[in-house]
Amino acid sequence: MHEMSLAEGVLQVIEDAARAQEFSRVTAVWLEIGQLSGVEVEAMKFCFDAVVRDSLAEGARLEIIATPGSGWCMQCSKSVPMTEVFGECPDCGSHQMQVTGGTEMRVKELEVA
Amino acid sequence: MCTTCGCGSGEVKIDGHDHHHGEDHEHGHEHVHADGTRHSHGHSHDGDHAHDHDHAHPHVHADGTQHSHDHDHHHDHGHGAGHDHQHRYAPVHSHAAPAHSHAPGVSARRMVQIEQDILAKNNAYAKQNRERLAERGIFALNLVSSPGSGKTTLLCKTIEMLKGCRAVAVIEGDQQTSQDAERIRATGAPAIQINTGKGCHLDAHMVGHAMEKLALAEDSLLAIENVGNLVCPAAFDLGEAHKVVILSVTEGEDKPIKYPDMFRAASLMLLNKCDLLPYLSFKVDAAIDFARRVNPTIQVLQVSATTGQGMDAWLDWIEVGAGETATKKLATVDALKRRVAELEARLAAR
Repeated sequence: MHEMSLAEGVLQVIEDAARAQEFSRVTAVWLEIGQLSGVEVEAMKFCFDAVVRDSLAEGARLEIIATPGSGWCMQCSKSVPMTEVFGECPDCGSHQMQVTGGTEMRVKELEVA
Repeated sequence: MCTTCGCGSGEVKIDGHDHHHGEDHEHGHEHVHADGTRHSHGHSHDGDHAHDHDHAHPHVHADGTQHSHDHDHHHDHGHGAGHDHQHRYAPVHSHAAPAHSHAPGVSARRMVQIEQDILAKNNAYAKQNRERLAERGIFALNLVSSPGSGKTTLLCKTIEMLKGCRAVAVIEGDQQTSQDAERIRATGAPAIQINTGKGCHLDAHMVGHAMEKLALAEDSLLAIENVGNLVCPAAFDLGEAHKVVILSVTEGEDKPIKYPDMFRAASLMLLNKCDLLPYLSFKVDAAIDFARRVNPTIQVLQVSATTGQGMDAWLDWIEVGAGETATKKLATVDALKRRVAELEARLAAR
């Protein structure tokens, strides 16, 4: 969706952590990206490489942990898997769904030197 | 900032003034001189500016003699760029390292748990905005849509109809020009223009600054007209009470499922330009159905800012929200007053 802004956000999180936890080099970054977060993983990788150039994370490996989407079907009153935010319930076909999981965009951990 | 629209950061202007954001406004740094001496200093600043500071530091010469001297630095900062140092006295030493030289870390690789949301910084600013708005009972709406859906016309009409009932202030977001803010000011309402430059959305930091500059009345309505874009603004919380998505009937009725994130983030969808429906093949029911597929709880109102059709229902919706916001503020004020009375009573009892 706006992966460049998000990549800049990731770098900010890394730089803040570098100050707080005193490391000067980042060699790998794990991001948790939900299936329903609207983030295009390939675009994210491309932007990340561009954004971290000349920073403490230059050349760092980007690992994406994809978390599955899930929703609450109001018709069946239960939690079901979802692959699209406008998805339908796999059991009853209803669109009366509330997204409950898979919207994460988090920096999970770093490998630092 | 955005790969889809190819925009970048660093060109934000609030009512024509340069504003750089996303940078730390406080920092310390260390200089390493050719002779190995180090000195560090910290300073804070906001916005682009120049500043002077003085400091003393010792030098060790090759023969072992030591001397110290004072000198002044003059810094010009462009945020995000390097620092230029000008020594007022002829430099007797040179900087061997770049302006920021970080203390060497441990060389062994280790893992650091972060567990932080990528948008944490924006969300922190949004929280701050929300608190400031709540304290003053201000009902804030973030208006989002594609370009050309009639957001500004709708706002002008809304301001006109609310005249005498509720004060309105407007924050206008566009990549360039202050034409929209001028249109709003012509209605008599205060407005401030944020130009995002190449940026494709407003963020909470920009809006916080704009709020400071606007004279916001207690219990008023703050309308934030976002950059015309159905994609990026969805993810950026500005501190508003609700996002209101405007879909004009001259667009396709399937936009809600083409741009689901925006319609999912919104509490209300305004179908605008409804006076044109007789001339178009736009299917209202299909549009509403698509919107509810993405967001089962979205409310929908059909309006025409040009003819005024449906505008009363939209104003009623605003009044309900604004009323609740003002009531909440009063409840907080009353609670605080009770607490003050309670504490004073305790103090008097001593």
